[in-house]
Amino acid sequence: MTRVTGLRVRGLNKNFGGLTVAQDINIDLPPGARTALIGPNGAGKTTFSNLITGILTPSAGEITLNGQDLRALNEAQRVKAGVAKTFQITTLFRDLTVRQNLRLAQQERDGRAQSWFRRADSWPEAEDEIDAQLAAFRLLDLEEMRVDDLAYGQQRLVEMAMTLMLKPRVLILDEPAAGVPSSDSHLITDAIERLPDDLAVLIIEHDMKLVFQVASSIIVLVNGAILTQGSPDEIAANQQVRDLYLGGHHD
Amino acid sequence: MSDTTLTPKRTRTIAGIPFLGEAILIAVVIGAYFLFPYNLAFLTRILIMVLLVLSLDLVLGFAGIATLGQAAMYGPGAYAAGLFAVHVSGAPLPGLVVGAVAGAALAFLSGLVLMRAKGLTLIMLTIAVASICLEIANKARDVTGGADGLRGIRMEPVAGLFEFDFIGKTAYWYVFVVVFVVFLLLKRLANAPLGQSLRGIHESPERMAAIGAPVYRRLVLAYTLGGGIAGIAGALAAQVTQLVSLEVYSFNLSAEALIMLILGGTGRLYGAIIGTVIFMTVHHVAAAADPFNWLFLIGFMVLGVVFCLPKGLAHLPTALTRLVRGRA
Ligand SMILES: Nc1ncnc2c1ncn2[C@@H]1O[C@H](COP(=O)(O)OP(=O)(O)OP(=O)(O)O)[C@@H](O)[C@H]1O
Ligand SMILES: [Mg+2]
Repeated sequence: MTRVTGLRVRGLNKNFGGLTVAQDINIDLPPGARTALIGPNGAGKTTFSNLITGILTPSAGEITLNGQDLRALNEAQRVKAGVAKTFQITTLFRDLTVRQNLRLAQQERDGRAQSWFRRADSWPEAEDEIDAQLAAFRLLDLEEMRVDDLAYGQQRLVEMAMTLMLKPRVLILDEPAAGVPSSDSHLITDAIERLPDDLAVLIIEHDMKLVFQVASSIIVLVNGAILTQGSPDEIAANQQVRDLYLGGHHD
Repeated sequence: MSDTTLTPKRTRTIAGIPFLGEAILIAVVIGAYFLFPYNLAFLTRILIMVLLVLSLDLVLGFAGIATLGQAAMYGPGAYAAGLFAVHVSGAPLPGLVVGAVAGAALAFLSGLVLMRAKGLTLIMLTIAVASICLEIANKARDVTGGADGLRGIRMEPVAGLFEFDFIGKTAYWYVFVVVFVVFLLLKRLANAPLGQSLRGIHESPERMAAIGAPVYRRLVLAYTLGGGIAGIAGALAAQVTQLVSLEVYSFNLSAEALIMLILGGTGRLYGAIIGTVIFMTVHHVAAAADPFNWLFLIGFMVLGVVFCLPKGLAHLPTALTRLVRGRA
């Protein structure tokens, strides 16, 4: 018997009333995957992410992680199982500092979020780990800043740093570069390139430059169904995809 | 791993002096005792109200649970402690435990439903729970005394040592010690992982769920803790006044507690204290001067604070510092 590793999605369907937003989707994300999910606005990319993370319940289909069925788990339990994501629109604790943001994720991961007597910052190893993570994302200088006072690109980095504190096995980045000024987008690309090698990463993105830079495989989603998938070269050469992205106006 | 050598990186203190806040608090309580020896009953009422507002601060200020029904947990504390004193024992400390458990139990049971709701729906439901409790207490006249109130509460000395006296000296110190201990515990909680995670839920439940937090369960936990503290406040009121009336469930009580908290500043423990003291003092003085129009004064005061210091009076020092620095 072959052991299934990584995220495996089979026959995933989702309808909102009469609208089908996910149609028979099959995807494999083995450890180390760098897969991009692209497609026009409203194709169902965020919906797919929400189905995997448990924000939405699929109408049909299988989702497993290393053989474990994820459908029975709620959002929080799926995080514990190893699925984490960043939001299309940055979602952080805006009134808290960068450091506190990371610490909140860490204390959930370590299961000490309910301890109520000892100071949250009094676990020395944990604080060292936050230091290291901040350093890795070049956020150490900003650690005491309120997230709300940061530039948007920096906020995106905080969100990635915080999500990685969870030590996920599968990471979904929903448009990590959206809204980031082009002068800062290299920060995001760098951060993605430095993600742990064994992490399976799904990058939802419209920015083709970023996609071709970081992805080793690309899935094209249209109207909730996979149109095609392949290596970046194959996708770049695909006539249907070119029509979709370049010649989409002639119908 | 040893904690003894550990110095936390940042400890929040007032003006950099550790325990200055607590020291001021104790000084004020001692000062008030000697300055107003004939108003100890009123001062005790303030202290009890501080405890109720602190419980509201945990629920609303920390966890962001919108409620206009904190009295729903104060009431069970009062009735449970009152009934305990009448039927079981007049020992004050066991009575407090009974009150805490009653408040927490009601918060837990109602919280299982309430914490599924949000916003206006939640506010309406919290009001509904309190009015249902009021109606039950009113109907169960055999147990609660109904509109006449629960009478016959006789208290034994605190811890078997300190007899309750007519002037209310014992009551004052007893209530203060209880409130102070709860305050210190809440302060620990605020800086501990649990307090931080409640702030996180307040700021963004979506993000909290996305980092794996069981948001609903933790809200129920916060609501239950708040209910236990409100229950202690109710129990103190029952023991000190030796009477429990239907008023313990009144909408007015919940609403005033909320106004006090907003006045002082939500999410800050000192805010709950400052807001309560100022509200009740102004109320006391203004109502004595003009029994009919004191509400105007309170109204203007709240408006003024909301417009000038949206984060509450506890934020005044920070706001002033900013102003001065901004001008300099
Ligand atoms: N809760 C919902 N109820 C009904 N329809 C929804 C809901 N959420 C999304 N949709 C619809 O599902 C479709 C897919 O939306 P989705 O957000 O997944 O697209 P997307 O590919 O992420 O688009 P974008 O690139 O703009 O982010 C859209 O037509 C959207 O209007
Ligand atoms: Mg989207």
